[in-house]
Amino acid sequence: MERVFIQGNEAVGEAALAAGCHAFFGYPITPQNETFEWFAQKFPKMGRAFVQAQSEVGAINMVYGAAATGKRVITSTSGPGWGLMQEGIANLCAAELPCVIVLVQRGGTPGAPSVQHAQADYLSATRGGGGSGYRNIVLAPASVQETCDLVQLAFHLADKYRNPVVILSDALIGHLMEPLELRELKFDSLPEKEWAVRGKGQQNDKKRRYVTFAAVVQGREPYPTMMSFAKHWYDKVEKMKSEVRAEMTQQDDCKLWIVAYGYTSRVSKEAVNEARVQGLGVGFIRPITLWPFPEKAISEAIEKGAEKFLVIEDNIDGQMIEDVRNASQGKAEVHHLGLFARHLPTPAGMILPHTVFKEMKRLL
Amino acid sequence: MKGVQVTEKVLVSGNPRLWNRSVGRYPYCPGCQHPLMERLLAEVIDELGIEDYAIGVTGVGCHARLCMPLDIDVVQVIHGRAADAATGIKHALDGKPIVFTVQGDGDCASIGSEGFLGACHRCERISIFMLNNTNYGTTGGQMGPTTLMGQKTTSTPEGRTESDGYPLHVPELVATMRGVCYAARGALTTAAQYQQTKKFIRKALKRQMDDVGMTFVEVLVACPANWRLKPVDSLKWIQEEVIKEFPLGEFKDVDKT
Repeated sequence: MERVFIQGNEAVGEAALAAGCHAFFGYPITPQNETFEWFAQKFPKMGRAFVQAQSEVGAINMVYGAAATGKRVITSTSGPGWGLMQEGIANLCAAELPCVIVLVQRGGTPGAPSVQHAQADYLSATRGGGGSGYRNIVLAPASVQETCDLVQLAFHLADKYRNPVVILSDALIGHLMEPLELRELKFDSLPEKEWAVRGKGQQNDKKRRYVTFAAVVQGREPYPTMMSFAKHWYDKVEKMKSEVRAEMTQQDDCKLWIVAYGYTSRVSKEAVNEARVQGLGVGFIRPITLWPFPEKAISEAIEKGAEKFLVIEDNIDGQMIEDVRNASQGKAEVHHLGLFARHLPTPAGMILPHTVFKEMKRLL
Repeated sequence: MKGVQVTEKVLVSGNPRLWNRSVGRYPYCPGCQHPLMERLLAEVIDELGIEDYAIGVTGVGCHARLCMPLDIDVVQVIHGRAADAATGIKHALDGKPIVFTVQGDGDCASIGSEGFLGACHRCERISIFMLNNTNYGTTGGQMGPTTLMGQKTTSTPEGRTESDGYPLHVPELVATMRGVCYAARGALTTAAQYQQTKKFIRKALKRQMDDVGMTFVEVLVACPANWRLKPVDSLKWIQEEVIKEFPLGEFKDVDKT
């Protein structure tokens, strides 16, 4: 198997290629430019589509058009561009169009935005910032290899549920250079996209297709009424909730459990390993799907004796902590270690393993 | 309904093959000229023989269901984003289909101005057909980007003044852009105008089939319900007032960008 030494942002491209993605639409924004440039350099030469859109609003609606043709399509952005895409994402969900959206988080400190790392988009990625109450699966990679694997999974899940899937990365995972095994993942086969527009003459039955985000307004089959679509949507969301994935270690009798994703999960893991060396029992949960959130992992930890959770995420007041609190149902204390624990009081500051370790010792 | 019937009887008879009016609910007000545009598109697509690979894109507004009765593949996208969606479709299908948008003046030239200018700028091989009824019809007749000076709307109750800005001339604007190979404006108030507009639309699609560049056609249409005019008076108002502000004709026609 071929091994390469590349960045997380470039691994997105390799994964898209392995998944048979046909088109990329995007707009330059730091810190995801390596992804954007990867597609600019590779896709046109392969006879695939790359378009530099006039904005992220344009990009996400080009994704809408491309997804309506049934081709696999991807876009990539960071915080401010993510904000611009919200309307489009809501309507991709409403039109049930599959696509992959990579969000490489950057500094989102209110009043002091930076293009360096942060984990400030958890809530808008998992809750959605567009209208009408939609849901989308969110996958959070913590390494270059996992970026490549999860992007491939994202294409599969997007097609499986006819829904956008979000990859929530961050500037550090995106710029991290690590060896990558270029492996093409195999998934269960999915039905043909007989709903896609291709031009009437290209359809097997030679009948026209009509893709719209407003099926109910248009009164079109198979959802002629609001309630019939609502029921369909409810069932679909329930099925999507079964796609929970999480990494869990140290499942024996631990009172303190660390919960972290993305770059802070790498940092935390090191602190947890150090704790083990020193004979301290500390559990570790890394949600891989942020939505659906692995609530069962939290309740399992409580069954195993967890009394405290420490959520490590690089933002001001905690975002994922809400999901941990929700899942723990008041049966354990939930603490947050975030932006104020950075080793430097600047955008370049990071939460380092020894800081996490110190906080763990304080709570034990 | 009377106004619509009169208009249609004056101009045409019979139904084009690709125009299936039994599809969906009939959403238009009396005297609205959108159905005429449906008919025109159905005729042109049939004449050019592109029904098997034509894809229509609409946004949100009165035009939103305009492609619904056309017997071709159709995509509807949110307000103002039809040019972007059309771009995505064209690229994803490797440039093979003939992709056109039908948009209102507000959808295209106000909320969608970024999208359609971006498409013109990149020389996308798509066609934009903008229906100009000088107001926001669906929402009850507010000022649009093409509302005439002095024209009363629900958001310019005393008539549009200079403090509201000026009507936007879109074909004239995009004619200055290198990515655009064809820009024209037509109307539908007489049989002669219908034929002229049909010629413009046919030419725009033909240029796209020849892979020359981006094409743009504006079509003036009546909105009697929001203009508070009878259908016949609406046609007169277009002939006497609207055309003065928005002259008909071709503003750019090159076979190479």
